[in-house]
Amino acid sequence: MTEHTDTDIDSSPPTAVHGATPNGEELADDVAKVLETRDMDVFYGDFRAVADVSIGFRFNEISALIGPSGCGKSTVLRSLNRMNDLIPSARVTGEVHYHGANIYAEGVDPVEVRRRIGMVFQKPNPFPKSIFDNVAWGVKINGFKGSKAELADHVEATLRQAALWDEVKDKLSDSGLSLSGGQQQRLCIARAIATQPDVVLMDEPCSALDPIATLRIEELMLELKKDYSIVIVTHNMQQAARVSDRTAFFNVQLDEKGQRTGRMIEFTPTDVLFTNPEQQETEDYITGRFG
Amino acid sequence: MTPRVDDTDMATQLRTTKRPLERAVVVSLFLAGAISIAVTLGILWELGKEALLFFQDEVVSIGDFFTTTVWQPQAGSFGIWPLILGTLYITVIALVVAVPVGLSAAIYLSEYASPRVRGILKPALEVLVGIPTVVFGFFALTFITPLLRGVFGVNTVGFFNVLSAGLVVGLLIVPLISSLAEDAMAAVPDSLRQAAYGLGASRLEVALRVVVPAALSGIAAGVVIAMSRAVGETMVVTLAAGASPRNFDLGTDSLFGTILNPFEGAQTITGYIVITASGDISYDTIDYNSIFALGLTLFIMTLTLNSLSRRIVKRFRQEYD
Amino acid sequence: MTVQAPERPDVGFFPTDEEYVELLDKRTRRGAVVRTGFLALLSVAVLGLVILLVTIVDDSFGLVAVVNQNEPEAVVAAAGYDPATTALSDLSKEDLVTSLQGTISNGVGRRLEREQRFFEDRLVFESQAKWDEVCASDEPPSGCTGGARDTSSVLLLVEERVIQPDVVAVNGMIPSVLDGQGFRDRIESEFITVPEKYPDYTFDQVRFQWRAWLSWKFITSPSSSTPEIAGISTAILGSVWLVLIAVLFAVPVGVGAAIYLEEFARPNRINDIIQTNINNLAGVPSIIYGMLGLAVFVRVLEPITSGSLFGDFAPNGRTVMSAGLTLGLMSLPVVIISSQEALRAVPNSLRQAGMGLGATRWQTVRSQVLPVAIPGIMTGTILAVARAIGETAPLILVGAAGFITVSPSSPFSQFTALPIQIFQWTSLPQPEWRNLAAAASLVLLILLLTLNAAAVILRNRYSRRLT
Ligand SMILES: Nc1ncnc2c1ncn2[C@@H]1O[C@H](COP(=O)(O)OP(=O)(O)O)[C@@H](O)[C@H]1O
Ligand SMILES: [Mg+2]
Repeated sequence: MTEHTDTDIDSSPPTAVHGATPNGEELADDVAKVLETRDMDVFYGDFRAVADVSIGFRFNEISALIGPSGCGKSTVLRSLNRMNDLIPSARVTGEVHYHGANIYAEGVDPVEVRRRIGMVFQKPNPFPKSIFDNVAWGVKINGFKGSKAELADHVEATLRQAALWDEVKDKLSDSGLSLSGGQQQRLCIARAIATQPDVVLMDEPCSALDPIATLRIEELMLELKKDYSIVIVTHNMQQAARVSDRTAFFNVQLDEKGQRTGRMIEFTPTDVLFTNPEQQETEDYITGRFG
Repeated sequence: MTPRVDDTDMATQLRTTKRPLERAVVVSLFLAGAISIAVTLGILWELGKEALLFFQDEVVSIGDFFTTTVWQPQAGSFGIWPLILGTLYITVIALVVAVPVGLSAAIYLSEYASPRVRGILKPALEVLVGIPTVVFGFFALTFITPLLRGVFGVNTVGFFNVLSAGLVVGLLIVPLISSLAEDAMAAVPDSLRQAAYGLGASRLEVALRVVVPAALSGIAAGVVIAMSRAVGETMVVTLAAGASPRNFDLGTDSLFGTILNPFEGAQTITGYIVITASGDISYDTIDYNSIFALGLTLFIMTLTLNSLSRRIVKRFRQEYD
Repeated sequence: MTVQAPERPDVGFFPTDEEYVELLDKRTRRGAVVRTGFLALLSVAVLGLVILLVTIVDDSFGLVAVVNQNEPEAVVAAAGYDPATTALSDLSKEDLVTSLQGTISNGVGRRLEREQRFFEDRLVFESQAKWDEVCASDEPPSGCTGGARDTSSVLLLVEERVIQPDVVAVNGMIPSVLDGQGFRDRIESEFITVPEKYPDYTFDQVRFQWRAWLSWKFITSPSSSTPEIAGISTAILGSVWLVLIAVLFAVPVGVGAAIYLEEFARPNRINDIIQTNINNLAGVPSIIYGMLGLAVFVRVLEPITSGSLFGDFAPNGRTVMSAGLTLGLMSLPVVIISSQEALRAVPNSLRQAGMGLGATRWQTVRSQVLPVAIPGIMTGTILAVARAIGETAPLILVGAAGFITVSPSSPFSQFTALPIQIFQWTSLPQPEWRNLAAAASLVLLILLLTLNAAAVILRNRYSRRLT
């Protein structure tokens, strides 16, 4: 599946991970999870958008969420770092465990949750500030202890990690909005990882980008996996196949009351899902027989 | 396919069709639009003409008008600074009240308030917009002034004082600032807020360090508009700040004790115009001409502020399109 | 409770868990404090509004200390009734006229009778011969032709001329309700401690009564130099006239201009200038419009605005006409801009449909676009009217007359208006005038709130229909 990409991807670990962990063991439930939902339902007002989602994301892996439009991928993703709190009508039931603690438990501050679990959005959304400040801002509000020079070093290191440094090093004080779309999105990724979160959630991060920019982001994700656990929503099956270690397929089903509700159909290593899915629905979807 | 013979005739016919009625309608609609130009020219012409007559009067010198600090028409002293002092002093007090209050209101309504709270507070601010300024003047004189005199002492605070006028003008322009600032903040894309929240920012940090800076030019434009409104405000200052120009002498008068004493009255440009015109004013007297010279000054001041604000807004638009 | 952080080999420059928790705590606290600050400052504005409204209502009602020249009971008794069972308002017209006859001079009586006679069938103050003579003159007084006064108007005259109430002290509504006795006690002690405040009376003459300054009588009586009987009918009528003229001018011109700019104007220099100019005019202070009105309508166009071209009406150009046109000019930018918005909200598909049928642009605008935009245009117009009604400064400039007790009857009448009345009453030193100013403000506010509510309702209907 990676034969068409370049050396960066060849040197990246997905195959190694797969090789090291045979299927049977991966399906076992006793591997530590960085994030885990338990019987999670998400409602918008009275409308149940997704139901009964139980899914565990492992450390230092890229997990992809795929499925037809409207099946609740974004909804699930937003529930993972309580971004749903910002939608007044949204309500989450069930539990979401992060390192074993329920992030929806009483007294948990969503601000802290998001500081640990960062997010990259569908459309690049840099702040109307300088490139430098875009990266430095989140670092500063989260209590960066170093000096000015150390902050500059950290920004540089982050931009390098985001493979953006060479392109912007001479114009760090230009507005973030002056960059091209792909550069903006990498800036947003740099911004997200600059605070050194633990998990990075990405909601269709490439859907607004051209193929070249998409490729660079994909390379970047494979690079970042060493340090971060990543959950990515994508409507692009090829992308899921290229970058992810594990893929969850979501679909819309009618619930008891006849309402359309998103459900997770299966969650398996990516190569298994794409070659040998357990569920007929998944098979239909990945082979394009969906409809 | 051969063209039919009458096709060309048809084309000619189409091209030469005249619709006299339609043209007449468009012309009259255009004239309706052009009336606004006539109004502007009329304002400029009348203000300019009378102002010119004013400056041609032998007791007036244009140099003294702009440089001296005594306005005493009875004595032939026409130095505009006391009136400008009154105008700007009240404007500054108004802004000191209205900018924090208006911006807080905008931030609270835009970033914090639940729809229900918003539904109560926003109409309240809108009611404030609809209240006539003369009623605000009544309020200044019958509530704020007695309150100030009660707090600071009847001997300290005059019956007419700039503080009361400034506070009430401030209240009057709060909704202007808050609604323009709120519009500017509503125009900030939600994705920026989400990005900031996604980094672990708190609501306050999102509001003050992402939304407000992004909306800054719109907010600034609103403040400038409000300032223009305060400069042109008439009834409150006439009723509450009194009818005596605050003549001063920079050499001998103490700055804070006299010149900038908030507890004493001061006439503004608008106040002088209204008071002078409310008597039985005769045409072509120096009094009559003087109000037009002042009107021209006021017109230029507000026009400058309004264009400044529009220029700021234009730049702001470009940022997001 | 906090979220467990991951084990990290190199925390670097980031705070440790404990430090982060502490920092987060601080940020949360600061957030709460600042949020409260925002709310507090916002409340200042809302509080200001509430206090303003309360002040006005408070001054519109309340206890007054009043001294009557003749007590109503005495008048009733003099007419031969028992004051315990009969009130002044129960007396018949004959009794009231008799009481008037006993108090006012014959000269005043004759003047009142010439204004409007007391009875259809007989004269009270005037001899028949003199009456006939006066009525046969070139300018017969209004009493010769009009009908007789009704009982309630005679009652008003009795109150004004016989009872002659003089309000010596007033009290706000809230203190009156909470502590009416306190007011009484204060006045009583003032009669002893500061008798110079009440030079004409002794405390025994003082009566305390509840007074609604805002009453039907207040709304329907003309202005007067006596605060006890002054009303705002003249001012209300003046305001109605002004708004009528302003609307008749501003709406056709404003809507026309808006149609031109939205439907016909190509983006060229002239149209650009017109649009910019309109935006600029919207920001011009109202007092400048007043000066324009003074220079143009009152002075230059005096032959027209005073009506002298049409047969002499007013002594000068300070008429309803000048003031109405001035307010019209002032409202013009608002009407244009809001009409433009209304037209812009009409979906383009309507225009295309109309033109696609072979209609000309104007036909399409007139019969397809305009009808859809009318509610929006009306909303804007109502808001412009609301603003015009409350304007004071331009009216002063074009010479709204201070003291007028005759209602305007034509565009060439001298006039006063509600805000002018409020302004003048507020500037008078005696406290009773404040109560009148408050009552008039309350009337004005109720009027404006009604207009605004109408605009909001219209807007809501309208936006629902378009979507
Ligand atoms: N803010 C919202 N308010 C109400 N309903 C929403 C909101 N966001 C999403 N939904 C609904 O929830 C369902 C899932 O949406 P979403 O999570 O965006 O799907 P996906 O990302 O898979 O396309 C859809 O039916 C959508 O209409
Ligand atoms: Mg989505």
